[in-house]
This record gives sequence, C-alpha cells and structure tokens, in this order.
Amino acid sequence: MPLLVSYSLKNAFARKLTGTLTVAGIALVVFVFCAVLMLANGLEQTLADTGSDKNVIAVRKSANTELVSILVRADADIIKSDPAIVREADGTPRFTGEVLALIGLAKKSDSNIVNVNVRGGSAASFLVRPAVKIVQGRAYRPGSSEIIVGSKVAKGYWGAGQGEHLTFGGRDWTIVGVFEAAGSGFESEVWVDCDQLGAAFNWPTFSSLTFQIAPGTDFVALKNRLESDQRLTVEIMPEREYYRKQSASFTTFIKVLGMFIAIVFSLGAVVGAMITMYGAVANRTIEIGTLRALGFGRSSVLFAFLAESLFISGVGGLIGIALASLLRFLEISTTNFDTFAEIAFSFKMSPQIALQAIIFSLLMGLIGGFLPAVRAARVRIVDALKAR
Amino acid sequence: MAEILVHVEGVSKSYWRDSIEIPVLRNITLEIPKGEFLALMGPSGSGKTTLLNLLAGIDRSSQGRVRVGEADLSTLSEGGLASWRSAHIGFIFQFYNLIPVLNAFENVELPLLLLKMSKAERRKQVETALTIVGLADRMKHYPNQLSGGQEQRVAIARALVTDPDLLLADEPTGDLDKQSAEDIMGLVTRLNREFGKTIVMVTHDPRAAEKAHKIMRLDKGELAAT
Amino acid sequence: MKVFKLITRNTWRHPLRTTLTVLGLAIAVTAFCVIRTTIDAWYSDSRATSPNILITLNRVSLVFTVPMSSIEKVKRVEGVKAVSYAAWFGGTYIDPKNFFAKFIVDHNTYFDLYPQWVVPPDQMEAFKKERNAVIVGRKLADRFGWKLGDVVRIVGDIYPGNWDYVIRGIYTGAKEGSNELNWFARYDYVDERMREIAPSRAGQLGWLIIQIDDPSKAAVMSKEIDNLFVNSSAETKTQTEEAFALSFVEMSGTIISGLRIVSILVIGVILLVLANTMAMTARERIREYAVLKTLGFLPRHLIGLIVGESIMIAGAGGVVGLLLTAFAVIPLLETALSDFLPVVRLTPLTLILGVGSALVVGFLAAVFPTAQAVRTSIVDGLRMLD
Repeated sequence: MPLLVSYSLKNAFARKLTGTLTVAGIALVVFVFCAVLMLANGLEQTLADTGSDKNVIAVRKSANTELVSILVRADADIIKSDPAIVREADGTPRFTGEVLALIGLAKKSDSNIVNVNVRGGSAASFLVRPAVKIVQGRAYRPGSSEIIVGSKVAKGYWGAGQGEHLTFGGRDWTIVGVFEAAGSGFESEVWVDCDQLGAAFNWPTFSSLTFQIAPGTDFVALKNRLESDQRLTVEIMPEREYYRKQSASFTTFIKVLGMFIAIVFSLGAVVGAMITMYGAVANRTIEIGTLRALGFGRSSVLFAFLAESLFISGVGGLIGIALASLLRFLEISTTNFDTFAEIAFSFKMSPQIALQAIIFSLLMGLIGGFLPAVRAARVRIVDALKAR
Repeated sequence: MAEILVHVEGVSKSYWRDSIEIPVLRNITLEIPKGEFLALMGPSGSGKTTLLNLLAGIDRSSQGRVRVGEADLSTLSEGGLASWRSAHIGFIFQFYNLIPVLNAFENVELPLLLLKMSKAERRKQVETALTIVGLADRMKHYPNQLSGGQEQRVAIARALVTDPDLLLADEPTGDLDKQSAEDIMGLVTRLNREFGKTIVMVTHDPRAAEKAHKIMRLDKGELAAT
Repeated sequence: MKVFKLITRNTWRHPLRTTLTVLGLAIAVTAFCVIRTTIDAWYSDSRATSPNILITLNRVSLVFTVPMSSIEKVKRVEGVKAVSYAAWFGGTYIDPKNFFAKFIVDHNTYFDLYPQWVVPPDQMEAFKKERNAVIVGRKLADRFGWKLGDVVRIVGDIYPGNWDYVIRGIYTGAKEGSNELNWFARYDYVDERMREIAPSRAGQLGWLIIQIDDPSKAAVMSKEIDNLFVNSSAETKTQTEEAFALSFVEMSGTIISGLRIVSILVIGVILLVLANTMAMTARERIREYAVLKTLGFLPRHLIGLIVGESIMIAGAGGVVGLLLTAFAVIPLLETALSDFLPVVRLTPLTLILGVGSALVVGFLAAVFPTAQAVRTSIVDGLRMLD
C-alpha cells in the first residue's frame, strides 16, 4: 500500500502541464468557494452582530426597517418607565430614543454618492452600546453642531475624517471624533445629537427606542405588556434579532448569489478533475496491467488513483485557501437594499471556513476521481499488456 | 551500371544532451544505385535508423551531404524537405503508424492530399496501391479492424501511393509474427523485383535481410560492407 | 472537406472526454450569460428612461422631501412643459416577503409623463375619480392573482395606518422588457390622512417629475431649477431621469463590479478546462503528428487540425451553453430575481459574447499544443511511445 501511495504522488505531477492546469482549476474554485463563505461571514458579523444581547429595541408596529419607523415622544415616555429597564445609580434608565436619517456622501473608491445612515442619539446611546469606543478625538457635545463618525465612514468617504465638515439640514457640522464598534454595522454610521438632528430637519419624532433590560427579565412578558398597551403601536424585539431581520433579504440575496457562483465553479472543477483523471488512466493502461500482473489487487489500483485525485485536489485546495485569506485585507462597501443605507464589511476568514474549504476540495477530488478510478480498477490485465 | 539515386558524402550526425556531444554516425559515405534493395543491419544504437532518417529528410546531418536524385537535402529548408518528401519518399514504420480515425482508403489517400490531383485521380491511385498490397476488399476498414500484417500492408500502400523514387523501411517486420513477416517481405521484395523500386530497409531479422541485394552493417556509427 | 472530416473524427476519438469538456464549457458559458443578464437587469430601469424628463429630489437624500409649493416655481422656468410629482409609499402587503414598489402619484398628470405605461382609458377615468383607486402593473397583478375591482390592504409604515385600495387599473408596458411590477396609488388620498394625524408632514412630496421641451438643455435647466431653491430649507438636486435611475444602480456598484470580475473568472475556468483537454490530446498525438510531417504535411496543416479541433469543442460548448441558458436557466432566473430586479431579459449581445468568448478560448487553448506539435522534431516525435 505505501508503495502505491508514493506511486500516486509521483504520478500526480509526472505530467506537469496537465497536473498544473488541474491544480490551478481546483485552486480557483476553492478560492471562490472561500471568498463566498468569507463574504457571508463578514456580512453576518457586521449586520447580525450589530447590537447587544442585553438590549431590546422598540419600533413602530410592522416597520421592517428603522428608517420607516415613526414613534412619538409620548411613546418614549410611556416605555421609559417600564420596570424591566436597567437603571443607573441615580435612577436614569439605560434608555435611548434615536432618529434615523440618510445623507449623501461621496465614496472614495468610485466617487459615487451613496446614502449613509445618520443616527441621532443621546448620551444613553453610549450606555446601551458599550462596544462603541471613541478611537480618535472625542464625543460630540449635546446641543452643539458636532458629530462623530464610524471608522468605516472616516475611511471610506471623502471629507468625512476627523476635523472635517459635513453639510446637511441647512447646517454645517464638525466631525470631532471617530468611533469603532467591534466591526458591527454602527461603524458605517454618523452619530449626532438627536435633538439637533430633529431640529435641523424639523422632525420631532423618533425612529426607534433602544434600552437595556435587567438580567433574568421575562422577555415574553415584557413584549406582551408593551405590545398590548393601547396607547402604543409598537413592536418589541431583541436588538440583535431586529438588525438581523432588517437585513434579511439583502443577506439572503448575497448568499444566494454567492452560492450560485460557488456551485457553477465547483461543477467546472469536478468536470476538469474527471477529464484529467480519465486521461491519467488511459495513459497508464500498461502500467496498471503490470501492477496487476505483479499481484496488486483491483482495490489497490482503485485506491491508488483515488489517492492521486485527492492529492491533486488537496494541493489545489490549500493554494485556494491561501489566496482567499489574502482577501482579508479587502473591504467592501455597498448599499443594503433593505435599509437603503451604505454598509461596509470585509471578508472574514475563520477556522471553520478553512476546514470546510479543505473538505470541499477533497470532495471534488473524490467525485471527479471516482469514476476514472473505477475504470482503472476494471482494466483487464490481458488487455493492458497487449496495448501499445 | 545503373545510375546512382542516393549519394551519401562524408555524413556525420551527433546529438547533444546537456552540452555533451553524442556521435551517432561517423563519416558515412555510400552510393545507392537505382533499383537496388539494400538492407542495413547492426546492433542497437549503431545509428541505422538515424541513417534512414537522413535519407528521408526527416533529420539533418551535422556534417556532410545527402543527395537523392536531383535534390541536395542539406540545402533544402524545412518546408522544402516536407514538399520533397511528399513526392519522392515512401516511409514504412515498424509500428505501422496509421491514423486510427481514418479507414484504410483514407490513410492511403493522405499523402495524395498534398499533391494537386482531382478526387477521381486520387481514388484511382489509392485503389491501385491497395490492390498491389492485396487489400482492395478492405478499403473501408479502420486500423483497429485489421490484423497487424494487414495494417502494415496498408502502411506499405500509403508509402507507394505517390509513386516515390525511394522506399525506406524501418524494421517493417519487427512487430509481426513469422507468417505475417514472411508475407510482408514477399510484398516488399515484389515491389523491388517487379516494380523496380529502390528500397533501403533497416532490420534485425536475418531472414528479411536475405531478400535484399546487398547487406551493409553499421557498428558504432561506422559502415562495414559484407 | 477532408480536413473537416478529420477534425470532426479527431474530436470524437474520446467521446467521454469530449463530452465532459463540452459539458464543462457549457456550464461556464451559461454562468457567464446568467451573470451578464443579471447585470443587464440591474440597469434595465435606467435604459427605459426618456431624455426629456428631469427628476428633482431633496439634495440631502431621498429620505427628505420636496414641498408642494416648489411646483409653481418650477413651472415658471422657461422650457418646462409639465410638472408632476410622486412619493415612495413603502408599506407591507401581508408579509415583508411580498415586497414590491409602491408609489403615490399625482393622478392628473403622472401617466401623461410616462406614456410607456399604457392604461385603458376607462380604467384611467376610474383612477381619476376614486380617491382610493390604484393602478398596478400586469406582472404584479399576475403574481398575486389580482383582478379589477379587488380590494387590497396595505399596512403603512412611512405613512402609518391601514390602507384599503381598490384595483381600478392594470397597466402594460408599451415596449418589450418594461417594468410591469409597480403599484401606483393617489397622493391626495394619503395626504388627506396626513393632514389629520401628522400635519407637519402634509404637502411634502418625494420627488418632482419635470418634462422639458428640449433634451439638449437638460443640464442647463437642471441647474436653473436647483438655483430656485438654494439656501431654502429644502435644497434640491435635479438630474435627468436616466441619471436618477443610474444612481440607484450605483448603490449596488460594488456588487455589480464583483459580478463582472466573477464573469471574467468564469471565462478563466473555460480556458483551464479546454486547455487541459487540448494538452492531454496533444500529448497523445505527438507521434501521429510526426508521421504526418514525415508524409510531407507542413506546420500550417497541423495548426489547422489542432486549432480546428479546439474551436469545434469550444463551439459545441458554446452552443450547448447557449441552449441551456435560453431555455432552462433564464426562466428560472426570472422567477428567482423578480423580487429584486423586475426585468430579466437575455439579450442577443450576451449570447454573442458568451459563444464568442468560448471561441476565443478555443483559439487560446490550442496555442500551447500547436506550438509543441510544430516545434517537436520528427525524430523526437516518432520516438514517443503512446
């Protein structure tokens, strides 16, 4: 058996051109496969990891996105007093009412103007989102025309860096700080004081209310309590779940697109692997006959060829993964057509993805190499030795 | 004295492998008259196939000159050699080398496609050649439907079809059983005796060599006549 | 003819190998066509625009409104023939999964500016008479099985509350490949309710639709119109309808670029698969090519044979891919993407490019085997064992 393994390995690269082409084909396919998974992963992380497990968000009933949700101050006052909400030492609830708007900014990558989320919040916005950290400059002062921007905004748009100015709502706003938020969707937003934003656009309403609930709170009871309150028309949801749902169709679209691409490429790779292995078998009929005449059984021949196919696809897979991991340095920015706002995310590699990619490449080698290996095993010694 | 068809003058041939020179033929001089049947024998690696290749114009000498009929092979370009070959040379290989996807008729017809002939003229030549080798009834058969001996006969018909000046055969019976070998040698001899073809044949087989007018031996690239 | 026969027979020497190659190529050509069609679909709205229509929006973003009072000012600009308005209604029909575009428009003027959407006169009359009437596109009506007279409830979000509409009109596109998935209700019906429940939001429009008499003046007039509102609370941005539609496409610019890259990679796959097959084939035929050379065949004959075989396989792959795309895949694609991209059409250009790419690849894949066949000396070739 060991002899046949080294036979397989050596044969895999005996015909350099064909071997190289097949490996290149598999590497390309695995690269695409990884890229698709890494994209979905990065997207998950950005969109779905937006928000915290401890938080609950309230939006207007059947408002699928924050942007179209409208809640009045009275609603906020009613909900704010709910006992489930965590309170600071001095009694202030960890509760923030926020209003969402979109402004147009020019992307650095292609100078197209796209919509960016502007979130008008309060001091409590930082309390319910401890993952948000100012990394440059400082927070805005309430009551002023100061704003802070997420790190992806500062990086991705013209004129949106520390110390620069943005104009909207008939006012000039100064960027006094840049913040990070653990790679979540908030990093693609501009944050401002809610009252200032409301005044500039003449919007006296909120888009959403976010608050932190005490550990051990019965969420279902809270939900029922607030949703059945006659004075309110709200929907209550865990914050994370809401942001995930909000981008559901966009995420699905990207995943479906990605899967389609991956399937096409893998079909191509399997066909390529089959062609190569059939060729290998055809060329080595005499060898096979000799091996069998020497006493190697059919199953040994089958395994030898399967091993060769797996080796080629394994090498291709490793190369593909290595190339795909270079994508980590690439950041993508596109409009989330659910929220209409631009969101930036990157390709995220993970050990599971690498593992899935290896398995995938070996699977392709297995499928592509199986039928040819069977053919090799079926070669009759008599025919093989007679062939020229 | 018959006129000389082939002049080989001071021909040497070496191959280069990783900057090491390997001489295969050393200073060969020989004359082959028209209508002669010459057998070349010698141990493996003595250069006999190489000499045959030089006569056919499928290889070039390192030194010296080869003249066949009017043509000085050393002065012809690759394209010139190809054209010359198609009209003047018939080559018979040890392993027949028929094109597997073409039937017997089409294989024999192949060299004629290079000459300016009408379809009807080609058909006539092919049928004549196949009749001479005794396979007129197997024109539509494919190589994998023929026995070894039959394949070689098709190959001989292919070599004949352009009515070449010179027939070159490289171990024509090397891959055949005793009976088929005898049949083939009978045919080759007939081509020489009956049709007056000049034939140079490389062979290991002494019984095949017996049929020739003259046997020459090559050893380590040098000629020795018997 | 003889050469063609030889090429054909050579191609099918290894039926399994050739079939697999053609299959691989066909899949890749199909993928290429599908990607291009998807990208085309994205741009379909921008191609269905008129050069003499301008769109005026709030300069900040489309989340913000343009006041009704702007209309009179715009009408007075020289060269303006007609002005209409519309807004994005949003809202949900039963379930978010049933997404389709819903607009509220000026019932008097809107369809005059969009002659490409054809409404039977009696239906248009009904629309103009009843406040809660709605005109829907034919494909949209088919999707939900709506008929004239049906009552449809939309749960509003931007415009809160429950809205019950009656289907009074079904429009069809004048040209093939029109967007027939839209919903047009009346602005005044919605505005009425806004006056009651949120007065500050009444009289606010999504965008203006402006018909001008001279398309060549579009840029100049856009500036003029925007100048009317400089330094007001609602500064505007005016552009041609095409530019407006393109701005939506550009929002997905990254995805579209990504798809373009993938389509090129797909061509790369075609090349690798075919090059692999041709390389294997060439290896097997080294001795045969040497024999042909011995018989007197020239390099150009060999080139013809090899390139011919490569192109034949590539062509077969292209044609099979074409058939697959046209008859199997595109119908599927249309169904799958209808939520996001309303118009999915396979254009002749895409088919030509798909098959053309396969043929170009056919040439390229033959390069190395041809070079090898020509360069290998007869002697070396004859020496090769099968």
